[in-house]
Amino acid sequence: MEYYLQLFVNGLVVGSIYSLVALGFVIIYKATKVVNFAQGEMVMVGAYVCFGLTVQLGLPFLVSFFMTLAFSVILGLSVERLVLRPLIGEPIISVIMVTVGLSTVLKSVVQMLWGTSIRVYPQILPAEPVWIAGVPVAPVYIAAFVLAALLFTVFSLFFKYSRIGIAMRATALDQQAAQSMGIGVKNIFALSWCIAAIVSSIGGIILGNINGINAQLGHLGLKVFPAVILGGLDSLLGAALGGLIIGVLENVFDGAMQQLFSLAGFKEVAAYIVLVVILMIKPYGLFGTEEIERV
Amino acid sequence: MRGKCGLFHTSYAQEARFFQTGFLKFSLGLFFIALLCTPLYLSNYQLSMLNMINIAVIGAVALNLLTGCCGQISLGHGAFIGVGAYATGLCSLAGWPFIPALLFGGLVTALVGMIFGVPSLRLKGIYLAIATLAAQLILSYVFMHWESMTGGSVGLGLDAPAICGLALDSDAKMFYLTLTVAVFSVLLVSNILRTRHGRAFVAIRDFHQSAESVGVNLFSYKLQAFAVSSFLAGISGGLWAHYTMYITPEQFDILLSIRYLAMIIIGGMGSVLGSIFGAVFVTLLPEGLGALAQWAGAFFPNISTYFLAMREGIFGLILVLFLIFEPEGLVHRWRLIKAYWKLYPFAY
Repeated sequence: MEYYLQLFVNGLVVGSIYSLVALGFVIIYKATKVVNFAQGEMVMVGAYVCFGLTVQLGLPFLVSFFMTLAFSVILGLSVERLVLRPLIGEPIISVIMVTVGLSTVLKSVVQMLWGTSIRVYPQILPAEPVWIAGVPVAPVYIAAFVLAALLFTVFSLFFKYSRIGIAMRATALDQQAAQSMGIGVKNIFALSWCIAAIVSSIGGIILGNINGINAQLGHLGLKVFPAVILGGLDSLLGAALGGLIIGVLENVFDGAMQQLFSLAGFKEVAAYIVLVVILMIKPYGLFGTEEIERV
Repeated sequence: MRGKCGLFHTSYAQEARFFQTGFLKFSLGLFFIALLCTPLYLSNYQLSMLNMINIAVIGAVALNLLTGCCGQISLGHGAFIGVGAYATGLCSLAGWPFIPALLFGGLVTALVGMIFGVPSLRLKGIYLAIATLAAQLILSYVFMHWESMTGGSVGLGLDAPAICGLALDSDAKMFYLTLTVAVFSVLLVSNILRTRHGRAFVAIRDFHQSAESVGVNLFSYKLQAFAVSSFLAGISGGLWAHYTMYITPEQFDILLSIRYLAMIIIGGMGSVLGSIFGAVFVTLLPEGLGALAQWAGAFFPNISTYFLAMREGIFGLILVLFLIFEPEGLVHRWRLIKAYWKLYPFAY
């Protein structure tokens, strides 16, 4: 039982990172209807930039943290301006493939600058575990979870109450109507890429503190799809819950498969099997907007 | 036709003709005679490139039928090619003759493709793309972990194919086989596009609701598109497996799917000629970059260390640039060039 409890807690932590990445994905999808296959690579770039500033340049962690966020803003803006804006109005496949191309470019830039070996962040939080419900949990895990929850609260409030947040929701609902009300839709697009880049970078930094980072981190981006499909592609709450559920399911399934059938590496596909099942029975997820079409 | 200054269709049959002009027939004939003679004057390395191009052409034409013509985005094409490769390889290892094994591999892949095509009834656009992405990742996992069948990460070793006792053990012999199959697939897909089926595929891509309201059965036609496309993908995989004589799960990962999608985008979506251009371009790109790196190595000695990381990045960059600056692909450029030379030296 304790084995499964441990898996559950690990799943929650991994899941909270999935939720963060999914949050970035959903913000972009909601506002611009772009499916971003480069989300995982944005996480990776953020993690490596923070690593470079902290370890290679020797800056204090907090300074490099905020510098990374500033860098993410620039990254998000330039990606939106240079890559996505020329493709407004193009078919879905072109938009998907441009983000796929972008992801390979980002990945190869990271590989050229930092190589492919695992890089470890300096220890920021104490290593001694905290005991929660009889399970040892590393403080960094708790920090990750709390930070993720905090970000979600902040963004929910932002979208609900701030002027810009409301403008973003209006754009998501109906671009033409939003434009005729004087909302700069292009600015909203740029802003959503910025926010997504910031959130991804934070996710990357947290991951770096937990596991260390390597050039394969971008695969995380593919794990986002089960999470967002489960939650509903255009729902923030869905992204949060979807990420957590996928994280937990993945860990528990993996553990169960290992214990019951001694099947290794089931973690890689568990989420996608869940994904296929959801697509079959409830394709718009838990909270997504259903599109109804009739002939 | 003599004495006319252009190509004017006066009937539908004329418009649907396979060879629009005698000149086209003649020049294609010359091109094929030249191709058939290539083993006489090309080196083995160059022939192996041609073989890879032929195999890629089969896969790209297949994907273009599904994604370019029918509009069903598939991110699982690489895995379908893998299914074909493993099915054909396993049949050959079980002692089947080559051609039945290849066809059986194609059929198995068609079946797998249809299974993963079933969600396409309910899902479209990005939902389907994500469903096929899941197919890709699940199939990759199966290749890697069903060790009793696929050999796991060690892979499968195969023999050179033999047809009626004639072992195709050199690049030149293999070239004739791959060329035949590639020509056959190109003819098949071109001809499908000229039939009711092809028009139904295009109608589904352009607007599925109107297609359904004029009597196109969406489910049946989408499944047919998946079946034909996966069948050809399986054939391509089977040929690839027997050509390289060794298959591992890493060959058929998501990068392969992306390469094939890149082929049809760079070549031109929805065009058979475009898939051929794209296949040639994407297959030759790493070689071209390699040559470039070797040449640049004379000036920057440590460029080769960066080269591996750069190769994928340059590939992605080219893909992005094509999407931004030439979204209709090489085939569009080809048409512009043809139109220019048609009236040369008079502008109008």
